[in-house]
Amino acid sequence: MFDLDLWKEIISALKKNRLRSFMTAFGVFWGIFMLIIMSGAGKALENGIMDGIKSFATNSAFFWTERTSKPHKGFQRGRNWNYENSDMEYIKAHINDVEYLSPRLFGPNTYSGDNTIRDEKSGAFNITGDYPDYFKIDPWTPVKGRLLNEIDILQNRKVCIIGKRVEEVLFEKEEDPIGEYIKINGVYFQVVGVVHPETRITFNGGQKNEAIMIPFSTMQRTYNMGDVVHFFSVTSQSGVPVSGLENRLKELLKARHHVAPDDMQAIGSFNLEVEYIKYKGLFSGIQILTWIVGIGTLLAGVIGVSNIMMVIIRERTQEIGIQRAIGATPGKVMLHIVTESVFLTVMAGYVGLTLGVGLLELLNMALESGGDEIFFRRPEISFKMAVSALTVLVFSGIFAGFIPARRAVRIKPIDAIREEKT
Amino acid sequence: MISLNNVHKSYVTGNSPLHVLKGIDLEIGRGEFVSIMGSSGSGKSTLLNILGILDNYEEGSYYLNGTLIRDMSEKKAAKLRNDLLGFVFQSFNLISFKNAMENVALPLYYQGVNRKKRNKIALEYLEKMGLLQWATHMPNELSGGQKQRVAIARSLITRPKIIVADEPTGALDTTTSYEVMDILKEINEDGITVVIVTHEHDIAAMTHKIVRLKDGVISEIIKNGDLKEWKHQYRKELEIA
Repeated sequence: MFDLDLWKEIISALKKNRLRSFMTAFGVFWGIFMLIIMSGAGKALENGIMDGIKSFATNSAFFWTERTSKPHKGFQRGRNWNYENSDMEYIKAHINDVEYLSPRLFGPNTYSGDNTIRDEKSGAFNITGDYPDYFKIDPWTPVKGRLLNEIDILQNRKVCIIGKRVEEVLFEKEEDPIGEYIKINGVYFQVVGVVHPETRITFNGGQKNEAIMIPFSTMQRTYNMGDVVHFFSVTSQSGVPVSGLENRLKELLKARHHVAPDDMQAIGSFNLEVEYIKYKGLFSGIQILTWIVGIGTLLAGVIGVSNIMMVIIRERTQEIGIQRAIGATPGKVMLHIVTESVFLTVMAGYVGLTLGVGLLELLNMALESGGDEIFFRRPEISFKMAVSALTVLVFSGIFAGFIPARRAVRIKPIDAIREEKT
Repeated sequence: MISLNNVHKSYVTGNSPLHVLKGIDLEIGRGEFVSIMGSSGSGKSTLLNILGILDNYEEGSYYLNGTLIRDMSEKKAAKLRNDLLGFVFQSFNLISFKNAMENVALPLYYQGVNRKKRNKIALEYLEKMGLLQWATHMPNELSGGQKQRVAIARSLITRPKIIVADEPTGALDTTTSYEVMDILKEINEDGITVVIVTHEHDIAAMTHKIVRLKDGVISEIIKNGDLKEWKHQYRKELEIA
């Protein structure tokens, strides 16, 4: 039921003390504003980081080799060693829990100057030899041309796919790189694709858009690398925890390469499942913290409202007394005060909510134009969040009004009227 | 209409209770015009507040229109006040942010009368008070006499059986005071019981019955006819003092 008189009264009471109403409302406004901004920022950080890894297979693990730290079976400690093609074949043949396996070779290092040349242009890029299965673990999308495929591997084709930055450095804007040749460490390769990474995870440092990928088999052969494998990635079959698989593979590889079973250093490895869980925990932690701080700030605002309502009651004691004398029931008086408090809180909160969301939207627009290298993306709050914030507001408004309202009806009408005379 | 029987009332101020009313027996019939007088501290306002169900009492009994008023819930008291009683205060006690019409209509609002209807009735009452053209003015734009007339209109709008007025002329000059008293007299002639508290003798002299309080008890009740004699006696008292 809409009670015009009630609302008229509330509006005029608030108008009468514009500055005070504003200051009070500001407390609540600020609380909800902070809650929205913090929550949005937390979400943006989450989006930024999760976007960077979300399309990456979370059931993946990665292996490389380090110098041994223990003598074993006649070998001294400090031995350099490598995985070999036979390891890969063995794992593929015998470990059923492995879904994809993709060995990799790192090309000539990039620290000693430009390794890639096209006519008079050159640059230093990250060159790797990869299998097509790699794109199932760490997805890339071809912007132009195609990715590497099985036939490239089988025929040891001298083809390459390049990142965006490589294209910019080696080609003019109007040039189409597909079909062109570039000289990588003295050997010509035909460009068959320009590719864009979907994730930002890298293993040997360097920017992903500075990558040049060539077929694994071609790299082994062309640069005389024998059957060495520098690095490989696996994913586990669905339902198999990748951590367990990681440990089993490590044991297997240690045994095949005469590395002490208790040598903790010889195999470097990393699995994304663990990292993923860590991130998830971090972000729910951030959200919880946001709510604690936000609710705290909001509570301070609500206490402000309650306080101001107390003052208003004191000021209006006489008025309330008159109303009681001419027939207002305590329920009516309480309803009035609580409604006023809820109104103030919700209005302030609503403005806070709107401005908060507006600011996030502006921030989002600014961030969108910043490209996708930023770890801060799409600040947003969910509808659920907004609704629960409003619910919190209504309840805190009731709470803020209730105590002063109880006090107001406890004043006897006669004391209230007499107030002015004394 | 009003029947008080050995009513006691005390206030607790600090540690010692202050015994204000020490056994009041009072009968006020339907249609009477009564004033309550007494020096300050004699308990006249307290008595009026008890009559108006604005305050409670400790001992004795108070029947209003046949109903025992005792330990009443606020809700019920509010309803009784709204139905039976009209209040007029010394300081008018209009709601400052409502115009004259809205102030008059307020008691009907608490009865749940819809806005249109109650404003119409309010205008009728303002007309009776000769204030129709002031209906949309705010209280601070009205003179004291006008304010009191608005307050009287407000007290009348619920068609009460009793008007309770606490120093209705206390804040007004003599001319205006007499105007207000004329209005109250008219109301009384319509059959409404009027009880006023005053300390002005000329005002009290306009009523039919004067109840004189002294130290929490009724010292004398004077009917209108005896008034002249009483005035004489009072003057003598003054001279002695």
